[in-house]
Amino acid sequence: MRFGDVSQAIGNTPLVGLPRLSPPGYEIHLKLEGHNPTGSVKDRVAAFLIREAERQGRLSPGQRILEPTSGNTGIALAAICRVRGYPLTCVMPENTSEERKQTLTMFGAQIVLSPATEGSNGSVRVAREMAAADPDLFMPFQYGNTANALAHHETTAPEIIADLPDVTAFVGGLGTGGTVTGVGKRLKRWNPDIRIYAAEPEYGDLVYGLRNLDEGYIPEVLDLDVLDGRIKVDSLRALEMTRRLVAEEGIFAGVSTGASVAVAVRVCGRLPEGSKIVALSPDGGWKYLSTGAYAPGDVERIATAISGTLWA
Amino acid sequence: MAVVRIPTVLRPQTGGKARVEVEGVTVGEVLRALVADNPALEERLLEDGKVRGYVNVFVDDEDIRYLDGESTAVPAGVEISIMPAVAGGAR
Repeated sequence: MRFGDVSQAIGNTPLVGLPRLSPPGYEIHLKLEGHNPTGSVKDRVAAFLIREAERQGRLSPGQRILEPTSGNTGIALAAICRVRGYPLTCVMPENTSEERKQTLTMFGAQIVLSPATEGSNGSVRVAREMAAADPDLFMPFQYGNTANALAHHETTAPEIIADLPDVTAFVGGLGTGGTVTGVGKRLKRWNPDIRIYAAEPEYGDLVYGLRNLDEGYIPEVLDLDVLDGRIKVDSLRALEMTRRLVAEEGIFAGVSTGASVAVAVRVCGRLPEGSKIVALSPDGGWKYLSTGAYAPGDVERIATAISGTLWA
Repeated sequence: MAVVRIPTVLRPQTGGKARVEVEGVTVGEVLRALVADNPALEERLLEDGKVRGYVNVFVDDEDIRYLDGESTAVPAGVEISIMPAVAGGAR
């Protein structure tokens, strides 16, 4: 496979079987989005956010881009902004890990810190204030931008259909909602009987303690009607399955991948025998080594330790 | 008896309790019993007697929106969780 530059080498990721983790009579397949150029599914989203903004004339050459993100989206945007010539500012909580700050800085992004106590909602607040105060900034805003789900509707889902035309169900994680909404709509257009399930990360009290219930936010890109089920997975079960992926299938993935595979195994119980389930792995495990998620030791103790951080 | 897990933000309304036991065989019955025992919860959880849009209720880890809503059966020993929505995660 040859490409003109790295921004064109996004997508067409491998879909691999999980024969050792699939319950008898079922086939679970995992789409490895860690194989994208910056190592996550967010390369697809970043490419569409920029492409759509350029197409709609909302982004001028050399204009500064602003986005609240501390992780995969920021790194994906930073790489595309490099080759397309846009300066980038990322707003992130001040307690973001050093490896993320270093990666973004290496890609030339400017970093603005928001208060740790406000979590990712604080980054959204600060970014919105900055965008309102400076009309020269362009904020793609993945939580509310239809290009997010469109990326999955136009690329992720057609790849799944091409590789596994008789897919019966899809499982994706719930973050912005872009993956399940975009993939779900396209798969149901292909075959209305395909079931779509969301894996919702369940963190420890530390994370929820920072938020008010009425701050609970349903991202605009998430279409709840496309789902057939929404299943929460706590840090322990996500981590256990993430470790089984390494031990039994030789796949080193991020913790949110474990959550989606755990849901894929669970829904087999309600699907007819012979069903083929696709789960999406947003990224590999590399960026999470510093959390201790893969360190030797008691898995319950480690799960408790990571339950206070946003692992998905 | 059903066990309801209370998120940190609602514990001031349950006297600090993280888990509350109430009677009921459906989600609706359990929530009404919960609110009857802890009246301060009503405004936070319900709007016109229905669960508020941004409040997620899970029975045995499944969102009740995709089960039978407030008619969802609550078998003995199964936990009900009330969870505030968390947008985004770390991405």
